[in-house]
Amino acid sequence: MDTHSPHPGHDENVYDALSTADDDGRWAFGTGFDAGDAEITAPAPEGVDRADVATYCLMLADDALIASQRLAGWTAKAPELEEEVALANIALDLLGQARVLLSRAGHLGAAEPYRVGPQDDEDVLTYFRDDRAFRNVTLAETDLGDFGRTIAWILVFAAWRLALMQRLTGSRDPVLAAVAGKAVKELTYHRDYAAQWVLRLGDGTELSHARMQAGLDGVWPHVEELFLAHDVERRLVEAGVAVDPAELRGDVDAVVAQVLPAATLTRPETPAVGLVGGRGGRDGVHTEALGGVLALMQSLARAHPGATW
Amino acid sequence: MVTALVDAREAAERVVDPEMPMLTLADLGVLRRVETAGDGTVVVTLTPTYSGCPALEAMRDDLRAALQDAGYDAVEVRTTFSPPWSTDWISDEGRRKLAEAGVAPPDRIGPKAAGAPIPLTLAPPSQTVACPQCGAADTEEVSRFGPTACTALRRCRSCAEPFEHVKEI
Repeated sequence: MDTHSPHPGHDENVYDALSTADDDGRWAFGTGFDAGDAEITAPAPEGVDRADVATYCLMLADDALIASQRLAGWTAKAPELEEEVALANIALDLLGQARVLLSRAGHLGAAEPYRVGPQDDEDVLTYFRDDRAFRNVTLAETDLGDFGRTIAWILVFAAWRLALMQRLTGSRDPVLAAVAGKAVKELTYHRDYAAQWVLRLGDGTELSHARMQAGLDGVWPHVEELFLAHDVERRLVEAGVAVDPAELRGDVDAVVAQVLPAATLTRPETPAVGLVGGRGGRDGVHTEALGGVLALMQSLARAHPGATW
Repeated sequence: MVTALVDAREAAERVVDPEMPMLTLADLGVLRRVETAGDGTVVVTLTPTYSGCPALEAMRDDLRAALQDAGYDAVEVRTTFSPPWSTDWISDEGRRKLAEAGVAPPDRIGPKAAGAPIPLTLAPPSQTVACPQCGAADTEEVSRFGPTACTALRRCRSCAEPFEHVKEI
């Protein structure tokens, strides 16, 4: 940093402002989110298993992280510039939620088994875990397909996550409650965006109607898993930290019942994707789609695990 | 022992938002606290507008630089997420500056009822947003998501100018 101005935030030189880390090198794959921040370092609520809270943070973080990575796949490929900006904004909100939750999980010890270098917890957990260690619901990892399926996917994901986050604002864990408080506002916009497109496409032309219905049919097999509670969730529901996913069904059903008839669409009857031996995404048992998502997300960081700039 | 420092607060309040530089961080309402710890370290607490706001890192750097310029060598910038930021925290002065710069300021939304299900908005919002260029009320939303996380895109039907609107959150 010797060659830079001592006060690099000055706006007379924008290039200085690009390289103003307070350390000498910034790891190349993250922006250095500071895990020393206010709520993140709070202890786990009293009487609650720290590892359980860490795992629950990973579950909610991974849902958002993998969903965000999927949505980012539309960048430079969306049908209209406005939709590209919208999809990227939704992805960015979810990434922000994931980063705080990953940092919280890391603070509670979740990153240690995967640490290979000096990276922040959020980066260790994002780039150096294998598929079996990811705890996201399988809906998050599914191929987004065409724009119709993407919209169906956002509607279900946002309606479900909004119902969850609304209840999580009362969590005894201060980070979960704080993330939820912000996420509720963001997800309300995501859900409205998707619902308005479902209406436009479903009640549009014959072709848009057919593709919107096919999109819904395509994501539907992953909906049932959203309402299944994992043992960690059950224990944390008891402790006042987590939300019981079974409680969310009513809210999601109400959204579906409001949107689909207005869009002249029918509620799909495609059968649910079964769990494997009673285990699903929350246990690290994923569909093969996750491998592709992780390869794209992780390969560069893994090829250069100590890279800085 | 933590004591508030007037000068450090003034220096921090003058730092501008990296994405909407017509606003200071104080106008935007993201500056929660400026305090000085027992060892003289100035501790600034920021709250992000959106969870994924990419400007947060630039705000931290700019705050450190501004405080170092004001003579405070030890500076710590913390982030807090609770209570969540709302556009209601943009000051009146901030709203005036936004409008002057051609960005429609957000309406005040007030506190929301906690616990009640959040209604789904299927129709385009009926909200009236006046055009910051010509003042006409006849404007339409082009996209709910704009060039920064906190803005929507609108167009004026009267003067045909596109403009950004800081959307209510």
